Amino acid sequence: MASIGKIARRTFLIGAVAIAGGVAVGYYYYRKPYPNPLEDELADGDATFNPYVKIAADSTITVIAPRAEMGQGVATTLAALVAEELDVPLDKIKVEHGPAAYAYYNSEMLSEGGPFAFYNEGVVAESMRTAMGAVGKVLGFQGTGGSSSTRDGFDKMRQAGAAARHMLIAAAAVRLGVPASELDTQDATIVHKTTGKSLTYGEVAADAAASAPPSELRLKDKADWVLLGKPQMRTDMLAKVTGAPIFGADVSLPEMLYGTVKMSLRFWSKPVKADLSKAEKMPGVVKIVPIDTSYGHGFGVIAENTWAAFKAAEAIEVEWSDPEYPADTAAIFKALQDALASPDGSALRDDGDVDTAFADIPRERLVKADYEVPYLAHTCMEPMNATARLRDGVLDIWSPNQMPTITRQLCASVAGVEQDSVNVHTTYLGGGFGRRGEMDFSMFAAVLAKETGGRPVKVIWTREEDTRHDTYRPAAAGRFRARIGDDGLPVAVDMAIASPSVIASTLRRTFPSISPLGPDKSIIEGSFDQPYTIPDYRVTAIPAALSIPVGFWRSVGNSYNGFFHESFMDEIAAAGKIDPVEMRKKLMAAYPAAVKVVEKVAEMAKWGEPLPAGKAKGFAFTLSFGSWVGEIIQVADTPSGIRLEKMWIAADVGTALDPGIIEAQLTSGAVYGLSAAIGQEITFADGMVEQSNFHDYDAMRIFQCPQFEVAILENYHKMGGVGEVGTPPAPPALANAVFALTGKRIRKLPLNKEVSFA
Amino acid sequence: MRLTVNGNAIDIDADPDMPLLWALRDLAGVLGPKFGCGIAACGACTVHIDGTPVRSCALPVGEVDGDILTIDGLATDGKLHPVQQAWLEEQVAQCGYCQAGQIMSAVALLDEIANPTDEDIDNAMGGNLCRCGTYPRIRSAIKRAAALKTAGI
Repeated sequence: MASIGKIARRTFLIGAVAIAGGVAVGYYYYRKPYPNPLEDELADGDATFNPYVKIAADSTITVIAPRAEMGQGVATTLAALVAEELDVPLDKIKVEHGPAAYAYYNSEMLSEGGPFAFYNEGVVAESMRTAMGAVGKVLGFQGTGGSSSTRDGFDKMRQAGAAARHMLIAAAAVRLGVPASELDTQDATIVHKTTGKSLTYGEVAADAAASAPPSELRLKDKADWVLLGKPQMRTDMLAKVTGAPIFGADVSLPEMLYGTVKMSLRFWSKPVKADLSKAEKMPGVVKIVPIDTSYGHGFGVIAENTWAAFKAAEAIEVEWSDPEYPADTAAIFKALQDALASPDGSALRDDGDVDTAFADIPRERLVKADYEVPYLAHTCMEPMNATARLRDGVLDIWSPNQMPTITRQLCASVAGVEQDSVNVHTTYLGGGFGRRGEMDFSMFAAVLAKETGGRPVKVIWTREEDTRHDTYRPAAAGRFRARIGDDGLPVAVDMAIASPSVIASTLRRTFPSISPLGPDKSIIEGSFDQPYTIPDYRVTAIPAALSIPVGFWRSVGNSYNGFFHESFMDEIAAAGKIDPVEMRKKLMAAYPAAVKVVEKVAEMAKWGEPLPAGKAKGFAFTLSFGSWVGEIIQVADTPSGIRLEKMWIAADVGTALDPGIIEAQLTSGAVYGLSAAIGQEITFADGMVEQSNFHDYDAMRIFQCPQFEVAILENYHKMGGVGEVGTPPAPPALANAVFALTGKRIRKLPLNKEVSFA
Repeated sequence: MRLTVNGNAIDIDADPDMPLLWALRDLAGVLGPKFGCGIAACGACTVHIDGTPVRSCALPVGEVDGDILTIDGLATDGKLHPVQQAWLEEQVAQCGYCQAGQIMSAVALLDEIANPTDEDIDNAMGGNLCRCGTYPRIRSAIKRAAALKTAGI
């Protein structure tokens, strides 16, 4: 059994293309359900129906929402899916994240991992989705990312609620001696209408849970939904407006020590010389220990309070070895340009015959442009942290993380215990954005916990440590050309994009023995998979060999491909003398959902109507994570710089489970993208990150934030994600608006290197 | 050294250079104010001292002279402060980590200006960073809170 698990695990990690074999091996496990992890730790009087539902004798209903709540509202929506079918109001439900467990696998997170566009429903693409989803289950891969949680939970969570309700009714029917068909449910009570007899869920929970789950279930029709499709009060809102201690940084345990880390300022480098003597003598310092993990090298400080740990970390004197990568930003971008010039690469889109289209092109028909984007940090508001306790061979780790099962695996290895001796307690996350899908902060806490004699240690990074030791959104460079046809529309486009591979970088620090195979589609996602029809259309991904750690940053490759693709489309429209919105409608005519989004956002923004002098609008569209999103931003020239006045967003998410949360996520994603577009960049000198805190790596403030107007559409037949999809179109919409305002076409981010913002 | 936090006297043994934030969090067990940057650049640690909002991460505890109010002491007798109530009604928070600081800044703003303009809000809240981009709802919630306070709710 272990070997089959291992094979599947390896095959998945090797990459999308090699997946099919792993699924064939793992088919048995795909069908077989995982054990219910709630059975192990059930309190007296509690009954559990499946991995998602627990009911106590007093009718307290607990729903396990096994995805990281990092602000995206997933705990609320997953609980609402259960509540809808269980027929209880949402405020009657206690929501918990639950333990790390294979039962909480996420199949949707991987299912769009193949090299196919979302709208491609051909046999190969669909088989790949099924195969990838199965791999998620075979691996027991519990993760939050890829805007996948509600897509993954949509059926599972509703079935969990419906099954529990069915079992409760059946148990009540036996107890009351009436046919189940005569019973109804209301507010966590089972009612027999004709006699008026009733039983609470709690009264029959134990009996019900002991019975077999139904083999078939009928879920409610959408028209009968009471909770879903309507905005709900978030289940975490009260805790968040009262400052409740719900985050990783708030964990408090008896006898707890505090700590921090000081990792090499050059990635992967080891200390050449270190003097710990000054730091060790500082008041409140308990111990300073070396840290050597697959995430890099450095030191951990254990102290009596966080401040003492911070001061001691500052006092550690270290000389780090030379960097293994180009040492400054200029050299890094030269490496990207060299990669672009190389013949390597995978064209995941290659329609028509691009080479012929450009072979005899007249000069006036050619549009050419080079684009670049910098590395970016995530800067979650809550700096990286975790709390660990290693006592009697059991490692407990309290971690605000997006990947509980892999966290468990890697922390077990650090602590030298078996995985089943590790308990991962996932707290609320003070921001995630992909950064907390990493394991470093948890592993470092586990390293320190080995040195405390069984006392727990809470390890919090400084903001400086957090900014300088991120897994960055990769820098990227792109080379673009287009041929304009007689009617002004593009007849050929050729796009080549070079960037370090996020998959390769992630494997190096998580499973270093595995080498990636096959193309990394994230290099060109957002460019190769867009719903445009152009006769000759080629998009080539070129992995650049740069070993600065890169990772999953809200919307991943879409975050820069959206900017590249949609800025270049705006350039094409300008060259062809066509309105950019009209051009999109023509090129997207084969995808009615896309056209409707474009039309909706244009109508909301009154696109095309004349504006007063000194104001302009820009448009962009990106299909990512299964949602079709158009954004228009209006900017104004003011004495203090360009002001962002208003942004309109139209998004087709297929099925909208909670419009209030979706609106918040679309806005949030756009602000995240605008922050980056306006002013963020991570630069390097002497192999070290130059930025360190919010004074030199800031984000949008309230006085810079535009007004927002959002429309949510449900035209497409498949559900899309919402957590990331607002981000990709925001930078190009702004860059295109700046072009419309100033005539300046900015092809390198951040924009504030060329224009100033109010 | 003795601090008055949310009406309670708390004795702590701290290096006077330790920022108030860490004295509150690690020594006094008051976890409402959050650590975000350590250089007074993000506002997550905002508390009031005698009614004035301060960034507790950059204020040495030895220099504190006055009554400290944190988000933990904002609700009275189990009733939310109007600003918290407005935050709840507008469903402001996403990840929520910055919101303790946002709310403390907003409370101070409304104590000073009963009906703030957009410009007043920009000036008072510009030091509070939110990476989730909840600003539009923060703006709405401040206006709702102003109305709630005026109505005596």
